[in-house]
Amino acid sequence: MTTVIEIENLSKHFVIRKEKSLKERVVNFGRSNLHKEEFWALRNVDLEISSGTTIGLIGPNGSGKSTLLKMIGGILQPDSGTVRIRGRLAALLELGAGFHPDLTGRENVYLNASILGLSKQQIDKYFDAIVDFSGIEKFIDTQVKFYSSGMYVRLAFAVAVHVDPDILLVDEVLAVGDEPFQRKCLERIRQFQAEGRTIVMVTHGLDQVAEFCDRAVVLEHGNIVTDGTPREALRALRADFEEARQEEVERQQLLERETLDRPMARFTGIALHTDGGVVLNPELRHGDSMTVLMEAHTEGTVTDFSIGVAVATTLGTVLWKTTTELMEAAVPSMQGTGLYQYHLSNLPLGAGEYTVQTTLTGLDGREIHHVPDAAQFSIIDDAPSLGPLHIDASFDVRT
Amino acid sequence: MTTPYEDRAAALAKEPLRTAGPRLGFASGTLSSIRDILGQRELLGMLVRRELKARYKDSTLGFVWSLMRPIAMLLIYYIALGKFLGAARDIPDFAIFIYTGLTAWGLFSEAVSAGTASVVANSGLVKKVYLPREVFPLSAIGSGLFNFGIQLVILLAATIVAGHFPTGARWGYFIPALLILVLFGTALALLLSAWNVYLRDIQYLVEIFIMIFFWVSPIVYSWELFTGQVVRSFGEGTMSTFLHELYLANPVTLAILGFQQTFWVSGDGKPVPDHLGERMMIAVLVGLALVWLCQRVFARLQANFAQEL
Repeated sequence: MTTVIEIENLSKHFVIRKEKSLKERVVNFGRSNLHKEEFWALRNVDLEISSGTTIGLIGPNGSGKSTLLKMIGGILQPDSGTVRIRGRLAALLELGAGFHPDLTGRENVYLNASILGLSKQQIDKYFDAIVDFSGIEKFIDTQVKFYSSGMYVRLAFAVAVHVDPDILLVDEVLAVGDEPFQRKCLERIRQFQAEGRTIVMVTHGLDQVAEFCDRAVVLEHGNIVTDGTPREALRALRADFEEARQEEVERQQLLERETLDRPMARFTGIALHTDGGVVLNPELRHGDSMTVLMEAHTEGTVTDFSIGVAVATTLGTVLWKTTTELMEAAVPSMQGTGLYQYHLSNLPLGAGEYTVQTTLTGLDGREIHHVPDAAQFSIIDDAPSLGPLHIDASFDVRT
Repeated sequence: MTTPYEDRAAALAKEPLRTAGPRLGFASGTLSSIRDILGQRELLGMLVRRELKARYKDSTLGFVWSLMRPIAMLLIYYIALGKFLGAARDIPDFAIFIYTGLTAWGLFSEAVSAGTASVVANSGLVKKVYLPREVFPLSAIGSGLFNFGIQLVILLAATIVAGHFPTGARWGYFIPALLILVLFGTALALLLSAWNVYLRDIQYLVEIFIMIFFWVSPIVYSWELFTGQVVRSFGEGTMSTFLHELYLANPVTLAILGFQQTFWVSGDGKPVPDHLGERMMIAVLVGLALVWLCQRVFARLQANFAQEL
């Protein structure tokens, strides 16, 4: 495999300065350090990307994803370390970055393609394909300031995908246009992959990462925390998000308890009961049943709440969910310890690993406790199919 | 049979790894900078066309407006200075004289003021796409040259109407004069556009200096008028010589004198500074060195453009 991007010991910090004008600089001369704040966007990052990989950079806001992408694109300069690349690079950091509102669509196509590195002859060659891809032939000689935002983005994306890059940097721009156009874009991305182009994308659409990438890197506070398959990376990131969210919820509850004197309740135990008794990570076959046993505890009295249960994939996609509120089941108020159970029968699941999530929610919608990874189980299924559902299928040739 | 996938990997394996973005290094980066900029010739052309097209888009008269300003200035100076204040008395073909100066000055002032603002004005691009950022000030120079071309055509038409079309050796002054304007304009545009990113006050400062230097150059008054006044005030002597030399140290003055030598045919016989040709040659060389120096400063400063904008 050929390495196309090689990042060594890369660091970048930003100085957040508060003043800017000459007067302020003169007045604060010598004291300017007081008005500076340092902030490390990236710290000692090492990364090697080989040709043909589609790699997703994910992480919470402000973790340095976009900074890393800009450094690969050469837009920002490193403080230390190096970024080295091979081949032609196109950066889609913002669609239509070079569009001039007063020029027509046609003129902007030429300008934008030229900015992305195409020559005049190449643009002439691709022009019809670009317009065709964008689907806005009718408006191509209209000034782009009269375009709707969807048309604008369509044209910009059409230009971008007709540039012939070896490395494509994509920052959060895939979720554009209406659904047919989005599908067209994603098809094009697949085509790029088949042609062996390297794609580096920054996105918050974790499902996209799972769908497209063959490698994912989780960044946090400027460091790489996980680098591996999308599955591993997503699990790490989701666990992380969940942790942050739990902290937030707890802080909120603590605040509320001080003011409203609301009781807290916690799940203290969750177990899966199957035909084989209670085991950790039971293995089931499709069509089997299981019972989710729950134990919750509160120090005071909790009334008006519902208990929810959900089955999700290990990536965190919820496949099925219900609550006592939806089922209109009566839940008595809880004092001390409460014991509950959900019986799930005839699981229509395909082969794979699944998690069970449980939730305690007040009837006013306030979350009391949520356990996203309460228990795991796996399904053994030799049906010749993919995906989390088990559907009996057969095939015949009609005569 | 290989797949396109493998083909691409194999082709890429042959290429060397290169550093993303511009190469730093004060002297060593010169060649790669020049190569980068030359590689973007087409884009430069597009950007110039964008500036020109977008400027008067939606106006009915379009490019005519780029002529209106110098013509209005010409009228004002011709009537107010020439007729009311009597400057035209000593200057034959006063209109041609003024228009020559205004044309040369217009090129320089547009290059500097549009150039200074160019990087900030294109901040959207600077932040999102990597290009050799020199293209922005250079495209400002390009659109300045285009407007200059139009004005030049009018100037030539005027010389024909006046019956004094410049011929022969006169044009020998035109080339170095134009070079001086372009070189110094480019150098200043590069330097100031980079500074302007860090300190936005630069563009306002530039406006003031443009205004001052308009009057420091022999545009609406002649070299004869200047020397005469200096000698009247300080007498013949070192002080006068010093002031003359100081005045001629301004490269724009030399360029404008060069333009007048070319186009202001009826100004023949009027006094000309000694060694004007040699002075202009020196200015061209200084300008070249300055362009190089400013480009290196620009290359240094551009590293942080994206985060400062």
